[in-house]
Amino acid sequence: MLHIVNKSHTQTNALASCLRLAQAGQALLLTEDAVYAATVAGAAPSGITGVLQTLKVYALQPDVDARGMAGKLVDGVTAIDYGGFVDLVAEHTNNQSWL
Amino acid sequence: MATKKFMFVNRKAPFGTVYALESLEVVLIAATFDQDVSLVFIDDGVYELVKGQNPKGIGIKNHSPTYRALDGYDVEKLFVERESMQARGLTEADLLVPVEVLSGAEMADLMAEQDVILSF
Repeated sequence: MLHIVNKSHTQTNALASCLRLAQAGQALLLTEDAVYAATVAGAAPSGITGVLQTLKVYALQPDVDARGMAGKLVDGVTAIDYGGFVDLVAEHTNNQSWL
Repeated sequence: MATKKFMFVNRKAPFGTVYALESLEVVLIAATFDQDVSLVFIDDGVYELVKGQNPKGIGIKNHSPTYRALDGYDVEKLFVERESMQARGLTEADLLVPVEVLSGAEMADLMAEQDVILSF
């Protein structure tokens, strides 16, 4: 299963609820404002640090770049491009876009 | 047409946004096509099911009675996350329809087995 979150962890509880319900071995893609959660500064307060061992965490590079966060992703998060986004959706049997 | 497992994830309070009402509309459409429909209520979505809603004073139609009509469309799988309900000081007695209360872990299992998940 692929979880997709697009809101900042400081703006809404979407990421927090996603992390509460995501199961070990599942994938999480952070897009748009959610990429702040994958930065060195945001990873601990957002809860991302705590799930890097159990979830596969991805961040959409164009959204990271757009926000001036290039080079600031925390170790363990994989940056992907739009093609990688499509691959992730195709690889997983289902997905949930958290609003 | 093959039946798919559809889950509608409701995480918004009823009147602040249009999500709750839109979710109900799409649920009814899915039910019309004889799909296997589950509704889950997480976070503020639990507030959608609270008894005694009366939005007359804010000029919005009260759509909450529609939840009671869902079983007429063979939509009988309503699930509430226990943690979300308890965090809001609610119990099953406060809700306007019978639901199955699940832990977060049970909710996660249910979510993982769906074909299609729609967020509201």
